[in-house]
Amino acid sequence: MTEDNGRTLVPGRGLTEAFGGVNTLTRKDFVSDQEVRWCPGCGDYAILAAIQSVMPELGIPREKIVFLSGIGCASRFPYYMNTYGLHGIHGRAPAIATGLATTRPDLSVWVVMGDGDALSIGGNHLIHALRRNVNLKMLMFNNQIYGLTKGQYSPTSEQGKVTKSTPFGSLERPFNPVSVALGAEGTFVARTMDVERKHLPAVLRRAAAHRGSAFVEIYQNCNIFNDGAFLALTSKEGGSRNRIYLEHGRPVRFGTDLEKGVRMDKDGRLEIVSVSNVDISHLVVHDEHRDNPSLAFALSRIAEGPTTPTPFGIFRDVQRPVYGEVMENQLRSASEKQGPGDLERLLFTEDTWTVG
Amino acid sequence: MTAQAAAHRQTKPRRELDRVVIRFAGDSGDGMQLTGDRFTNATALFGNDISTMPDFPAEIRAPAGTISGVSAFQIHFSDHDILTPGDQPGVLVAMNPAALRAHLKDVVPGGLLIVNRDAFAKRNLDKAGYSTNPLEDGSLDTYQVYEIPMTSMTIEAVKGAGIGKKEAQRSKNMLALGVLSWMYGRPLEPTIEWLNKKFARKPQIAEANVAALKVGHAFGETAELSAFEVKPAVIAPGTYRRVTGNQALAYGLIAASVQAKLPLFLGSYPITPASDILHELSRHKNFGIRTVQAEDEIAACGMALGAAFAGHLGVTTTSGPGLDLKSETIGLAIALELPLIVVDIQRGGPSTGLPTKTEQSDLLHAMFGRHGEAPLPIVASYSPSSCFWAALESARLALKYMTPVILLSDGYLGNSAEPWRIPSIHKLPDISVKFATEPNVYGEFWPYLRDDETLARPWAIPGTAGLEHRIGGLEKADGTGNISYDPENHQLMTLLRAAKVQAIEEDIDPLEWHGDEDAKVLVLGWGSTYGAIGVACRRLRERGKKVARAHLRHMNPFPQNTEDVLRRFKRVVIPEVNSGQLSKLIRADFLIDAITISSMRGMPFRARDLETKLLEII
Repeated sequence: MTEDNGRTLVPGRGLTEAFGGVNTLTRKDFVSDQEVRWCPGCGDYAILAAIQSVMPELGIPREKIVFLSGIGCASRFPYYMNTYGLHGIHGRAPAIATGLATTRPDLSVWVVMGDGDALSIGGNHLIHALRRNVNLKMLMFNNQIYGLTKGQYSPTSEQGKVTKSTPFGSLERPFNPVSVALGAEGTFVARTMDVERKHLPAVLRRAAAHRGSAFVEIYQNCNIFNDGAFLALTSKEGGSRNRIYLEHGRPVRFGTDLEKGVRMDKDGRLEIVSVSNVDISHLVVHDEHRDNPSLAFALSRIAEGPTTPTPFGIFRDVQRPVYGEVMENQLRSASEKQGPGDLERLLFTEDTWTVG
Repeated sequence: MTAQAAAHRQTKPRRELDRVVIRFAGDSGDGMQLTGDRFTNATALFGNDISTMPDFPAEIRAPAGTISGVSAFQIHFSDHDILTPGDQPGVLVAMNPAALRAHLKDVVPGGLLIVNRDAFAKRNLDKAGYSTNPLEDGSLDTYQVYEIPMTSMTIEAVKGAGIGKKEAQRSKNMLALGVLSWMYGRPLEPTIEWLNKKFARKPQIAEANVAALKVGHAFGETAELSAFEVKPAVIAPGTYRRVTGNQALAYGLIAASVQAKLPLFLGSYPITPASDILHELSRHKNFGIRTVQAEDEIAACGMALGAAFAGHLGVTTTSGPGLDLKSETIGLAIALELPLIVVDIQRGGPSTGLPTKTEQSDLLHAMFGRHGEAPLPIVASYSPSSCFWAALESARLALKYMTPVILLSDGYLGNSAEPWRIPSIHKLPDISVKFATEPNVYGEFWPYLRDDETLARPWAIPGTAGLEHRIGGLEKADGTGNISYDPENHQLMTLLRAAKVQAIEEDIDPLEWHGDEDAKVLVLGWGSTYGAIGVACRRLRERGKKVARAHLRHMNPFPQNTEDVLRRFKRVVIPEVNSGQLSKLIRADFLIDAITISSMRGMPFRARDLETKLLEII
């Protein structure tokens, strides 16, 4: 099953050529000399390893890669990558990265955020970076908790969550990050998980290959403050029962023996059905490239949270003009129309008078 | 009128004046800013020295005819060097009763009122709070009043243009402009040319406006209104243009980009009175300028910082409330030690305060408005045209010292216009930078290995092979830049960041003072009080009083000789459009007990008021 998914997700060719054809780096070249300081057992380690292993495959010279982050456990990420890096301030990484990616279309810019970082304090920047389709690969490590501040509920924590700041249970409905990204006009929206040894790198490769904004939600276990949040998806039994792998061009089916499927009911809602009870041709066929995001959105709503059958994979992958590139075009055409900038001409353009 | 009569009138001599202050006032929709702007343009081209000040409400269209909806524009022009838009208008153009009521109190005794008689009907009088018609009840007897039926004359004048009555009467501001143009001998051609260009796609509108302008001009002549002449001013040779502070600031940023050989990136969020800079820079994409209207003030600053990391000249422009929001990002820029220009066009606060009115109340915010020990250089413009210099200087300091710089201007400077002697671009400073391209120690690259002289760290931009490094907001070890929580290192880094900024005092122009050698009082100013202080001191000296003045352009650090200059004098007086913020800094730095003259009316100082207050002290 996972083997299969790793394979079907692989396209992402052409990057090596785009960045100059360097393909001789290894994982070690991306390991910085800094001591990794996450808690032992943290899901972040697996994600770091996956990213470090994917980077050399992309064929992008190390100096052309930049990792930016906000604040939080996940945001320590850039220090551990032997690339250019910027550890910013809470929630603002997509904004800072927008300045970088817009001025430097030659770079491969990655943004690492946590759920509090991306969806609470930085929600505004996230949705606008997606709307603009800035060329950013945005990875959101979702552990459904505030870790670095020692365990308060986050905007993705389930309602009723008991934490230090919600001793009587959280009153708030959580965000569904994939739904948010799709609603914000995201052109590439995906979900994977820290323990997915093949699926995670495959999704990262696809994100890297996408031109424009890529948003990847990565379920990540915080073994200190929210251990087992994804148990329904990671346990041996739960995993095979509850992970729905979205595969482009195929009917949406899941379960140990693919006995379950997703069908659209008469009201346009998606429902989970037993395949044996329905005509297979009535199952929803996943299409990553569908221009209209409604079906992708509906798929994102199948699971209320990671405790029931949950889709993984690429919800949406469509092409739209990329922000930095269209801006460059605008500069070029302005220069063609008005002539290249000439300071002297500018200062002397409007009504002037000369005193002898 | 016969040809002979016309010839006779043309030869009738104009009364010569050395200076005139006119205020145009009307409803927000009456086009007073545009009228003032056009009159200013013709006046500047004529060769007078000018200084202007718009005064408009925060509302786009406050209820028509009400006092709160009145928009005004003042111009001071002369045959000699002037420094302010003038304290009191000698001429008030009032397009409706509300405009008259709102501004009459400022007019000099016996001044000239030019009013649109058609607007003085019961409904408008009621809205303005007049129980009787001031044109009829004798309350204006001490003034000279020209009642002109502007609305009806305009409708009549533009009949041929083939537009509706409602549209037609909108040209009445041009009729008023025509009248004033005749009275002060301003040429019509620049305005006609401008109208034809502006309404090139709506020739009927252009025709209507030109017709109204010409009728107004002819009316002035036919009705034999007073005619005046203000000769061109004797000013330094050179080529001039009229410029507002915000325009000059935008040009200064473009010049900085050219002189630094770095593309300009502006992240900005619309805010009064700073938006004009965003508008202006967005027009000049042929200079490779990237402008992004960000989702908020924080993002605007973050994007500019990201662009700086990328190796561009990163700029963000805002006003007070926006500066609040940018504070955290400015702190990050201080920690990252990246060049960033933050422009604050100050306005009245706190909170939303007075969006369209001026104040100098963000000085201490610029100095101290960040958590932690977070010093940065502050540059202050002091006249509309000096905003050009201030932008270039801010860029020079930011790039040379790898630091964010705050440029303080204000609403008054931003919107006011004056003639600007266009500098020779060949004389602009070279502020180009060298990016790091090679490892700097033991074959490695240490991002915080400082330059011995400037204490600036090297700027290595992404894409440079072999110099990959990580920077961030966490405290970093001196040299390597690795995360460090070491107590001694934090002490050292805090001192180094402060020393880097303080050392700039040796790299900026010393504080100049002007006036009487034996004066006991020094008037110290900063920012937009420059003109008013200049006029007040000039008048005091004309009265035989001894006084000296100095004006700060760098607010942090102060020029190295600041204390020496201040200690030459027995008393230091500081006029500020705030409660005494510079005074606090002077007292804190030099233990000098400066006297504050404070004004917080949303308006610049009036030279006359300042003169009176200074007289009490001297």
